[in-house]
Amino acid sequence: MSATPVDSLASALSALDVPCERTTPGEFEETLAEHCRGSAVGVPLEGVDAALSGTDVTVDPTPAELDAATTGVTQASFAVADYGSVVIPTTETGTELVSLFVDRHVAVLDEADVLPGMEAAFDRFGEELRAEAGSGIVATGPSATADMGELVRGAHGPSEVRVIVLEGDDE
Amino acid sequence: MSKADRLREVMAAEGEAVNENTQGFNAGRYESVARLEDYEELKEEARSIKEDAIERLPELIDELRESVEANGGTLYVADDAEDANDYVRSVVDDRDAERVVKSKSMTSEEIDVNEALARDGVDVVETDLGEWVLQVADEAPSHIVAPAIHKSREDIARLFTERFDPDEPLETAEELTAFAREHLGERIEDAEVGMTGANFVTADTGTMALVTSEGNARKSVAATDTQIAVAGVEKVIPSVEDLRPFVELIGRSGTGQDITSYVSLLTPPVGTPTIDFDDDETPISTFDGDRDFHLVLIDNGRLAMREDEDLRETLYCIRCSACSNSCANFQQVGGHAFGGETYSGGIATGWETGIEGLDTAAEFNDLCTGCTRCVDACPVGIDIPWINTVVRDRINHGGEDWEFDFLVDGLTPDEETGSPSLQKRFFGNFETVAKAGSALAPLSNWLADASVSRAAMQRVLGIDARRDLPEFRRETLVDWFADRDVAIEEPRRRVVLYPDLYTNHVQVERGKAAVRVLEALGVDVVVPPAPSSGRAPLSQGMVSTARDHAERVSAALEPYVEAGRDVVVVEPSDHALFEREYERLLDEASFERLASNAYEVMEFVYGLLDNGAPADALAGGDGEEIAYHSHCQQRTLGLEPHTVAVLEELGYDVLTSDVECCGMAGSFGYKEEYYDVSVAVGDELREQFTDDAARDRTVVASGTSCLDQLDDLLERPTMHPIQLLAE
Repeated sequence: MSATPVDSLASALSALDVPCERTTPGEFEETLAEHCRGSAVGVPLEGVDAALSGTDVTVDPTPAELDAATTGVTQASFAVADYGSVVIPTTETGTELVSLFVDRHVAVLDEADVLPGMEAAFDRFGEELRAEAGSGIVATGPSATADMGELVRGAHGPSEVRVIVLEGDDE
Repeated sequence: MSKADRLREVMAAEGEAVNENTQGFNAGRYESVARLEDYEELKEEARSIKEDAIERLPELIDELRESVEANGGTLYVADDAEDANDYVRSVVDDRDAERVVKSKSMTSEEIDVNEALARDGVDVVETDLGEWVLQVADEAPSHIVAPAIHKSREDIARLFTERFDPDEPLETAEELTAFAREHLGERIEDAEVGMTGANFVTADTGTMALVTSEGNARKSVAATDTQIAVAGVEKVIPSVEDLRPFVELIGRSGTGQDITSYVSLLTPPVGTPTIDFDDDETPISTFDGDRDFHLVLIDNGRLAMREDEDLRETLYCIRCSACSNSCANFQQVGGHAFGGETYSGGIATGWETGIEGLDTAAEFNDLCTGCTRCVDACPVGIDIPWINTVVRDRINHGGEDWEFDFLVDGLTPDEETGSPSLQKRFFGNFETVAKAGSALAPLSNWLADASVSRAAMQRVLGIDARRDLPEFRRETLVDWFADRDVAIEEPRRRVVLYPDLYTNHVQVERGKAAVRVLEALGVDVVVPPAPSSGRAPLSQGMVSTARDHAERVSAALEPYVEAGRDVVVVEPSDHALFEREYERLLDEASFERLASNAYEVMEFVYGLLDNGAPADALAGGDGEEIAYHSHCQQRTLGLEPHTVAVLEELGYDVLTSDVECCGMAGSFGYKEEYYDVSVAVGDELREQFTDDAARDRTVVASGTSCLDQLDDLLERPTMHPIQLLAE
């Protein structure tokens, strides 16, 4: 049996100490709850068979709520399996803010959006950026710095990252 | 303060932190690139993208301008630092900004934009933690990727305590980071303008790539409504897809990370809402995303570098710092010594020459010994030692007339029309010295060793009196060979052994060993007189003298090659010259003929054994434990494994050194201004070869300089590996 892109992603994330949870739409709310810490804020999920509306996550928070939150839940546009990277889009709903100004970032992703490597990722970026002048952050693990004498996780951005992959219910 | 004193001072204050950090990065680079299946292909791809982009730069800038304007931003191409700063100041002024938060960018260091804005009363805050530490300490970066690499955790803790008098004492890296994040977070949220650099900008979409780990660049862009990006014009590449090899290479090459935490691909102005961080009523999505974006591309000498055949490749540089981290001298002294006004490390010579001028480059250019360890490390394949050599040549000829010219011309005839220093001329014309030395040996050795002459040599030539000088042999290798009469029946191969300067005049034993080993393996050998290779003058930046040597060597060896002989070279630095630098010194056909027929001696022995020559004709190791130090240029050419394989096949138990370099690199360790750096570099080799695993092993090394250095560092005899085979 050969490894699927989701298997590769999970393995790359594991090397980064980032838990990767596979779940189904039916189990999503329960799975998400396990990965939220403190007060959680989020942006609406789009184009996937899951939503934040039934969870404890405050969707579309005020800036003050964002400031006070520990966890931020956003959707990733896609993932790069080899590197354990998730691509965070910049949206008018504030995905960039919610993924960055918190201590724990939870990225939600459809299994169909797990690409094998950078070549596929940049083919997709090329098409998308030429079509609509968009932006995206290739985010790999938590923010980090070695500038203070040794490696510290959580510099300006999150110190923890969680990835939830939505897989189909039973095949 | 003399240069030697200044280097000693920097090494004492910063050497330990720089050494630990650069070596960590360098080790990480080896591990990370080894995980790439297509590393060499990626490097080639990256290089060809940069070659093409620099070639087409004016048209790409035009295309980029259209893309940026179509996105709603502004592109400004600034001629120089003042022009760029005036533009940035006008944007900040139009925004009525009181504070600019800035993420790390070398180009903004280059133009001193912080000072320009501060004069207008604008508060400029560096948000990269390393840059901020330096801003607080009022110091310059010492490394292009990790600017505060020279500071230890304790240094930073002391600095913060002094400046901020924190309520709780700050000690651990976590505490220091948390303090900085808190302090800077407030300033970022209050700022009006975010300034960033750009690692790459794509002409097709106007997308900029920012390679970071902390998240400060993301925050600086997201939290402000006006973004100014400053970057050199050379950062433009054609398309989004072209980013891929760089994204895969840049972190690995620099700090040994497979990828940094964040690679931001921003096509500004970005769509993120601009929020008021204190608002506790309005949902984020209700804020609008009105943003202003200005891309400032800076020429500042770059377009002239593009026209300069020798400096042009500098523009391919992606600022990864691999050349700094892999440089044995940089590992000891860091960028405050090995660097100019902005850039540091091997590639800094190119940047500083193009942007600031020869004077700035001259201050540190000699710290490049031409060892080539950075050549394989550079992800875009820039021949950094060559840039250092040609700039050294320009410095040689740009100085004032040398007052001892009459003396030098008498002692050392050469092809140089300008005026390299007397010290450089002495080392550059070492062939003349060696010929005289052999002719007058042993008197010459006795004289050279006398304390009066050593003091004079230090005073006039800057040769450090602490360093042992080579001992010239009365009978050269060529003389010895001429008196022999050995006939090989039905030779397996026919070779011409190149009698390099040291093998011929100083290390004659290794030359004799090479002849005996080759003959034992059924090879017909000739050792004709030949000019020295030109390595010595090239190291001193005397390019036209080196070219003259190259032409004469080519003329001397060519008849033998035409007669079907292979060229066997004992000295790795000369072999590297034939394979690498001669391409720039000879016409193409002559270079090809020599390079494609030349072999390093142990490489040649490897080939003979591999093709059925009898190994039992050579002295076997019978399990003898040896410690082997390869040679920097030999390693760059991938030739270390041949020596190791031959020694192991012959039954030796081989332990190889894993340090980058011996620290000698030709004349470098003899010069009084660099003697201490050379010894500091060599100390790592000494440590490895005197630890428990190596203490009792026989020491062998391939290069003349390595052997010189090891002789000084160790209390046991050394030899070339070919000598083991002939024993």
